[in-house]
Amino acid sequence: MLTKRIIPCLDVRAGKTTKGVKFQGNVDIGDPVEMASRYYADGADELVFYDITASAEGRGIMLDVVRRVAREIFIPFSVGGGLATLEDMRAVLLAGAEKVSLNSGAVANPDLIRQGAKAFGRQCVVLGMDVLRVGITPETPSGYEIVTHGGRRRTGRDALAWARQAETLGAGEICLNSIDADGTKAGYELTLTRLVSTGVGIPVIASGGAGEPEHLAAVLTDGCADAALIASMTHFGGYTVPGIKQFLAARQIPVRQLRC
Amino acid sequence: MIAIVDYRAGNLASVARALDHLGHPGTITSAPEVIADADRIVFPGVGAAGEAMRNLEELGLAPALRQAVADGKPFLGICLGYQILFEHSDEDGGVPCLGLLPGRVVRFAELASGTGPRLKVPHMGWNRATFLRPHPVWKDIPDGSDFYFVHSYYPQAAPKVTACTTDYGVTFASGAASGSLVGFQFHPEKSGPPGLRLLRNFCQWLPG
Repeated sequence: MLTKRIIPCLDVRAGKTTKGVKFQGNVDIGDPVEMASRYYADGADELVFYDITASAEGRGIMLDVVRRVAREIFIPFSVGGGLATLEDMRAVLLAGAEKVSLNSGAVANPDLIRQGAKAFGRQCVVLGMDVLRVGITPETPSGYEIVTHGGRRRTGRDALAWARQAETLGAGEICLNSIDADGTKAGYELTLTRLVSTGVGIPVIASGGAGEPEHLAAVLTDGCADAALIASMTHFGGYTVPGIKQFLAARQIPVRQLRC
Repeated sequence: MIAIVDYRAGNLASVARALDHLGHPGTITSAPEVIADADRIVFPGVGAAGEAMRNLEELGLAPALRQAVADGKPFLGICLGYQILFEHSDEDGGVPCLGLLPGRVVRFAELASGTGPRLKVPHMGWNRATFLRPHPVWKDIPDGSDFYFVHSYYPQAAPKVTACTTDYGVTFASGAASGSLVGFQFHPEKSGPPGLRLLRNFCQWLPG
């Protein structure tokens, strides 16, 4: 049986894993290569790295991080943040990432998804979606709208329609982030996750709102998600990947357990 | 020397990195003469079967691969490199493949019969491989180990070559073995400790 994936997400800025803290900006919380190795040893199913600088200089540092991570861990990982061209995608994949995560770049230029899928294969192309609950309008019949720039910029695009368009264009997977739930630690946005996950034929990773293992159980069952992204819970929230998996297994949710 | 066959089917660096890590470095090559000189062959690949078979023809690699198998060299197919070892693939409107293993490759049905939920395609993530018989290449891999899959087609392999099975809507042959030839639908290079153990076993395997 296909297991549900638990995917730690690391925000990387200037070569360091970082965390946004209200009113304080970003605080460095560790070395991404060391953190990746620890998560690998702990049985994380996949990792996501998000380049939050996304400047030319930041990109170079990020590629170096990707190369070093690729030598240390033998599970898939994806890299996102500011990827806007086929060349950006190629550089990240050649450095050793399994997948690229497109977000604002694909909103600005949807054909980027098609180009990426054609050049590297669908399995390499993840569509990252930042989604805001806006209520049902003629423009957003699903009640959810795509936003960019960390939620600051509305796009007028309906979230479900965009997910389906991306699937048609060649996205192999969707990472679905709820701006409403993000940072609340009050649980994933179950309605949104169920809507998108049952509305497309490709896997959906739920993101935003995880604060305790119960939240993962909910999104992987009621929310119909194929995988769950976590960050602060395990970076410094007192939870571990094996502990979360044990909790989920006890709920009869299939998860991968390390056996050797 | 271990030859990692490059037939323009995706990024081979992850296989190369895993072999480096295990202390059995491979040589990425598109040259038939390098394959002829190699002691063992790793045949990876992601992408589509039609283009893969065209590339093998263009590069003149198919005879070298057949010869390596005929010579009894340890040979490992991975993902697309596993699928095109079979006789035929339904991908790209139907493609004759290498025919080194009996069976054909078909697409997952998105709606399984009955009332089950819609099956997502690709089959992406960690799933269990149940090994049906002992073999040096999967020696010491604990029962119930999960491996990383990402694919939309799967082989319907003849039972006599089926090495392990995996359930995803159907029960399919996620691995096959015949003489010096083994192949897996999953990616051992991305499957953590059990995947690395399988690769190490392959690098040390002396088919009898």
